[in-house]
Amino acid sequence: MKEEIVADMDPKEMKARMKMPRQPMGEQDAKERVKNFYEVPLGYTPEQAIAEAKRCIQCKKPLCVAGCPVGIDIPWFIRLIEEGKFVEAARKLKETNALPAVCGRVCPQEDQCELVCIVGKKNEPVAIGRLEKFAADYEREHGEVSVPDAAKSTGKKIAVVGGGPAGLTVAGDMVKKGHSVTVFEALHTPGGVLMYGIPEFRLPKKIVSAEVDCLAKMGVDFQCNSVVGKLDTIDELIADGYEAVFIGSGAGLPYFMNIPGENLIGVYSANEYLTRVNLMKAYQFPEYDTPVIRGRHVVVVGGGNTAMDAARTALRLCPKTVSLVYRRSREELPAREEEVHHAEEEGLDFQLLRNPVRFIGDEDGRLIAVECVKMELGEPDDSGRRRPVVIEGSEYQLECDVAIISIGNGANPLIPQTSPDINVNKWGNILGDPETGRTSKKGVFAGGDIVRGGATVILAMGDGRKAADSMDEYLKDGKW
Amino acid sequence: MYEITEKRDLAHRVSLFKIKAPRIAKKRKAGQFIVLRLDEHGERIPLTIVDSDNEAGTITIVVQEVGRTSSLLCQKGKGDTILDVVGPLGKPTHIENFGTAVCVGGGIGTAVVLPISVALKGAGNEVLSIVGARNKDLLILEDEITEASTKLHVTTDDGSYGHHGFVTSVLEDLIKDGRKIDIVIAIGPVPMMKAVAEVTRPYGIKTLVSLNPIMVDGTGMCGACRVTVGGKNQFVCVDGPEFDGHEVDFKELVLRNRSYLKEERIAIEEATYHEGTKCYERGDCS
Repeated sequence: MKEEIVADMDPKEMKARMKMPRQPMGEQDAKERVKNFYEVPLGYTPEQAIAEAKRCIQCKKPLCVAGCPVGIDIPWFIRLIEEGKFVEAARKLKETNALPAVCGRVCPQEDQCELVCIVGKKNEPVAIGRLEKFAADYEREHGEVSVPDAAKSTGKKIAVVGGGPAGLTVAGDMVKKGHSVTVFEALHTPGGVLMYGIPEFRLPKKIVSAEVDCLAKMGVDFQCNSVVGKLDTIDELIADGYEAVFIGSGAGLPYFMNIPGENLIGVYSANEYLTRVNLMKAYQFPEYDTPVIRGRHVVVVGGGNTAMDAARTALRLCPKTVSLVYRRSREELPAREEEVHHAEEEGLDFQLLRNPVRFIGDEDGRLIAVECVKMELGEPDDSGRRRPVVIEGSEYQLECDVAIISIGNGANPLIPQTSPDINVNKWGNILGDPETGRTSKKGVFAGGDIVRGGATVILAMGDGRKAADSMDEYLKDGKW
Repeated sequence: MYEITEKRDLAHRVSLFKIKAPRIAKKRKAGQFIVLRLDEHGERIPLTIVDSDNEAGTITIVVQEVGRTSSLLCQKGKGDTILDVVGPLGKPTHIENFGTAVCVGGGIGTAVVLPISVALKGAGNEVLSIVGARNKDLLILEDEITEASTKLHVTTDDGSYGHHGFVTSVLEDLIKDGRKIDIVIAIGPVPMMKAVAEVTRPYGIKTLVSLNPIMVDGTGMCGACRVTVGGKNQFVCVDGPEFDGHEVDFKELVLRNRSYLKEERIAIEEATYHEGTKCYERGDCS
């Protein structure tokens, strides 16, 4: 490890830096924040940001950069913060990341850049994510948003299908490389999961809009209300002069458990529940026209980040109780620790090692209870996690009028239905090369959840980055 | 923004709109629908495309005032705009020469079945249409349906026009008269579609129904529009909107369509409104 650490920093200085405590992030108090949809973390002050930036030891071969799916030059932007050059730091971020204010909030840094941070070997790692959020927010809030320079126009035009994190990354990268980019978005606003899925209190929508606006200023053309496959097919786009196409159409239809009562009124998929509340602003009904059932007793099924988002959203809609039913134990919860911690603080009741077996309704078809069984952990399964096994005779009922199923998504069928020459796997996910995003169809690339099935924002962005590089190459040499 | 280029009142609280949407007009086929959102605060609602004019770049929809969005829409007129229109969504109706097709339209479903009748007739079918309305004044598009059919039967619940009774009794008569019927397409209120499916079931006549459940995105993402068909979950926005009427769980669909009765009332009478939000703003959740 030692040789990876920069030599030009005074060893004493380095030692001192490695002992500095991590700057805590202020947060809205849990009791207060469950009554509103404002963002939970308050963000660093400039003084805190500088103090935190001083903890970075400026590794010469920084492991954090390698740990970042989009390869942000982390030590450089942190040094700029340390020097008080906040706007410059934001510009540095934007060179490699089209959505820094988003990533600073929703990336699982503890599994990526911060996981490998040298400072973190003996102390807490540098708070890279918080610093990223700080720089991007500072730039935006001080009205100094810069539009990164684009290369000279190549005269080539490309299409991006889906304006979510993967597509926005491709759009940003390709427009910087001098290509003309059109993003076709199915919904009425770009952003994908950033708009419909991730709640306001984790990612304010005005921040997503600001990042999208920045891309528009760079020259990206956004065509909303455009469902590729239904309006134009991929072939028609190509015939229309788009020399390459990136498909980032995102998550598809939600999985259900196929247990009795799943279509009772009050049983939602997490996608629907979150879309109603986030995209359609049902939490402001009837000021906004889209309603959502505000349950008295809400049960969320699943243990991932989406389940936590759904549960924490439900907590903000004035319930009596919100319970999370998960079939394994706390250790196996796939959600980020930070999310679990926040949910706990906000009063989420964790029903661990439990599994729903049926939903019970009244004569109007409305949900009134869920029957669960208790589970225990047996031998490890294919995923290496211990397999949950039902404890016979352990049935019990939980009163509930809203249940939110958050157990993952299938693939969206619209593009494969109309482009049979794009190969898909048995679940309908598009087969894209992990290094280049190239599909079986010449000139067509894919990435994000339509390829991965269900992953994170930053992995989708990483796919977009790789696909953009490969697409640029393809536009130059025409090789497939 | 999508401009309304024409508005025509067809009956009490039923209006026809032509909307400028050239890209949709170019692609749309019989049986497909759009999702629209009126303004920034609007909800997304699905509406079947009744007709399109590729040259004028317009699509036609027929709207009945039932909830907040449809009522607001019906207040709009020529020259007004709709913020978002997305489509064409859903699978088109499968059109072929079946032989004899019976197209049944109930209420506003008459407008929805019309383009299918036109397409079926175009494909060489003998098209027998049965359209029902509560009374003569509520009957819509009679001329258009007449033109699209070999023969048209009109029924009214109160007997004010045509056959006194329901569409199902005419259908039953046709079957009992020994008419060879190769396919029945029924579009209208859920109870009507259910009743039609029950009439044809004993005779094993293929019966298609077009479902209009609650939707949000309409593009295969949220799962709001799920219905049980043949014991399996189907998503109307991408698997439908047309399904085998003998396999659809209509009872469940009726219940699910009532999911937001209370909220719809609140949205229409805005007076009582803040109940929900106040609670959230004040944090008074008791």
